[in-house]
Amino acid sequence: MNFEFDSEQNDLREAVRGLLDRAYGDAEQRRQVTKNDPGFDEKTWGQLAEMGVLGLPFPEEDGGMGAGPIEVAIVAEQIGRVLAPEPFVEAVVLAGGLVAAVGTAEQRAELLGPLSEGSSVLAFAHAEPGTRWSASAAGVTATQDGDSWTLTGVKEPVLNGARADVLVVSAVTDGGTALFVVDGEASGLSRTGYRTHDGGRAANVTFASTPARLLGEGTADRSADVERAFALARIAYANEAVGAMETALRTTSEYLTQRKQFGVTLNKFQALTFRAADMYVSLELARSTALWASMVADAGGDVVSAADRARLQTSRASRHIGKEAIQLHGGIGVTAEYKIGHYTSRLTAIDHVLGDGDFALDRLAATVGEHPTVDPLGAPYTG
Amino acid sequence: MRLQLSPELEAFREEMRTFFTTQVPQEIRDTVAARRHVSKDQYVEAQRALNAAGLAVPHWPVEWGGKDWTPLQRHIWREEMQLASVPEPLAFNTSMIGPVLAQFGNQEQKERYLAKTANLDIWWCQGFSEPDAGSDLASLRTTAVRDGDDWIVNGQKTWTTLGQHADWIFCLCRTDPTAEKKQRGISLLLFPMDTPGVTLRPIELLDGSFEVNEVFFEDVRVPAENLVGEENQGWTIAKFLLGNERVGIARVGTTKSYLALAKELARETTVGGRTLLDDPRMAGRIAEVENELLALELTALRVVANSADGRPHPASSVLKLRGSELQQAATELLVDIAGPLSLASYADGGSDVPDWARVTVPEYLNYRKVSIYGGSNEVQRTIIAGTILGL
Ligand SMILES: Cc1cc2nc3c(=O)[nH]c(=O)nc-3n(C[C@H](O)[C@H](O)[C@H](O)COP(=O)(O)OP(=O)(O)OC[C@H]3O[C@@H](n4cnc5c(N)ncnc54)[C@H](O)[C@@H]3O)c2cc1C
Repeated sequence: MNFEFDSEQNDLREAVRGLLDRAYGDAEQRRQVTKNDPGFDEKTWGQLAEMGVLGLPFPEEDGGMGAGPIEVAIVAEQIGRVLAPEPFVEAVVLAGGLVAAVGTAEQRAELLGPLSEGSSVLAFAHAEPGTRWSASAAGVTATQDGDSWTLTGVKEPVLNGARADVLVVSAVTDGGTALFVVDGEASGLSRTGYRTHDGGRAANVTFASTPARLLGEGTADRSADVERAFALARIAYANEAVGAMETALRTTSEYLTQRKQFGVTLNKFQALTFRAADMYVSLELARSTALWASMVADAGGDVVSAADRARLQTSRASRHIGKEAIQLHGGIGVTAEYKIGHYTSRLTAIDHVLGDGDFALDRLAATVGEHPTVDPLGAPYTG
Repeated sequence: MRLQLSPELEAFREEMRTFFTTQVPQEIRDTVAARRHVSKDQYVEAQRALNAAGLAVPHWPVEWGGKDWTPLQRHIWREEMQLASVPEPLAFNTSMIGPVLAQFGNQEQKERYLAKTANLDIWWCQGFSEPDAGSDLASLRTTAVRDGDDWIVNGQKTWTTLGQHADWIFCLCRTDPTAEKKQRGISLLLFPMDTPGVTLRPIELLDGSFEVNEVFFEDVRVPAENLVGEENQGWTIAKFLLGNERVGIARVGTTKSYLALAKELARETTVGGRTLLDDPRMAGRIAEVENELLALELTALRVVANSADGRPHPASSVLKLRGSELQQAATELLVDIAGPLSLASYADGGSDVPDWARVTVPEYLNYRKVSIYGGSNEVQRTIIAGTILGL
């Protein structure tokens, strides 16, 4: 058991940190980028591809780098640290992760190569109005005609749904939930994009007898694959949130030592420094859990449960730190111009993409009686 | 980054588990598990069983009975001990005065005290706090004045835990009232509790227990050789001691066993046709505390791995802070599972209320102490804000 990165992992961390610092070290840079569609910087996306980041978790034979959940965690944390708007978790970990898990060898080569090279953005079109974080599809149906399929129904909100070159779509078949690949140019596909509160982009994606290709073979229910891909994405998000929380706390601490009221800097007021200390407690507990869940994924343990644990801990910490960071800044904290509030906005977004803290808690509570104690270094987490 | 324990550590953990669950008398472990009063004899018996196997003071220098263990091994040792409901070796001996003597004592003192301290042949108590010196320990007023080859001690200590069992006290005294900084004029003295002039008055706690005392000193004569370290070096020693006190105070294993108990009891408690464990709100509360505890344990493992130079990691304040909160949360859960039965604290024969339910509120009230002693949680926040966040 150890929590240390090896030297290659440290190098990856420094390289990604350097790149993202150049791109977003100044909050104004991010503001310019997120102002215009697609909400992220195609150039930075290309640089991440050159660095190998976009192919990180995929096998080398599929055009990836053959790295694992620890490397994903390292990148996600750096994304969070500067709120880089590039959809690493959404396109690579989640949409790409599904293709890697479910796709045929041919499909993997066809889709993951270009994703890794930065020439094709993938999005997972799964959420539907009227559902909350379910691993199954309900409102989009797939119809088979010979060898070909068409999809009909509405997905929303689909993160990066308007920009994506290729959509991975979940839909209902006789066998349950199946996954499909839909080309961005397909007929009968309409996409209406909009901004999300955190500067990102989402879309309403409507399918009207839209031609689609089945991802993988057979129409057996894919909900378990979706659940697993969700788990890996939740763990990556936990690390992204830790990066964001760390910056939010550091920014807040710095502000307390600079801002003067009543003739002294704010850090002279214990009512404030104690609240910062509590933020630190939340951050460190969340960090431990996020790293641990990444290790569970790496070890091949029960990722779904580990992801729920990381989700719960980071959700609670995100809300605590996000709200306090603004409060301890006073009025400037609620302005669009100053960066701190954007951290809270992003943390709030992460909290609602794949399930919030109460969602994770409900699932953990449902099985709480099945084990006397939790052993983080034992079954079912060590694989 | 690697999740699994190495095969050697896995074996080590198994060895600890086997030892604690088979070599410490069952009756003592049952007493701890049922959260009943642990007697002096039981503490002594348990610690001697550990010491005979070399497991009472693994964190001491090897020369004095310690083991050359990694921080992770110590962590596993402590956790397994708590999970097995083994009374921990007396902290005043093993975490406080023992390491202090090993670090600051002279050879004669080491030889005279350390082995007996490890074996609980001497029971030590901690004479630090005074009525007007709590968090602000350096303002203590008990004096020691040199008289020939002796020190003469006058003053009062309070909150002296298990002083009624103690053979000896390690006592912070003001030896230089003229020092310009109050921290500078303090020394650490050792003396037997039956020295003429020492009197003890028990303090009853909220749960009806007697675990703390006031200790009064009236012209207590202490031989000069019982000074630890240099004269007026007491504050340095006290800081060293308090730093050690924080390590291992998260008590993850203890809280884990409480949660396991809470689940068992919630499962046995049926209300309106379903068990309390099937009540979503109760299950949610337990699951949330359990997750917080997991996060704490992982943080302890992370901090432990990063404090190789022997000094407590600054983040160990997180362990004390959240560790105490979670111990308290667990005792609160047990009260709520007992519900109305929790009122029957002092029921005797003729009551149908089970023992576990009777002890819940006394224990819950008693456990308010864990966020007060060992450096109150406010003191821990001060440390985090100051040394970690630079505020
Ligand atoms: C059950 C029990 C056993 C104990 N055993 C021992 C023992 O064996 N030996 C021994 O020497 N002592 C012992 N103590 C004493 C313990 O160390 C003190 O209680 C502790 O240091 C707090 O001091 P106090 O009780 O005087 O509270 P105070 O210091 O008066 O504090 C009162 C409140 O103010 C807060 N506070 C104080 N200063 C600050 C500050 N600067 N900023 C913000 N908040 C502050 C505290 O956190 C607390 O909430 C024991 C205490 C208890 C309750």
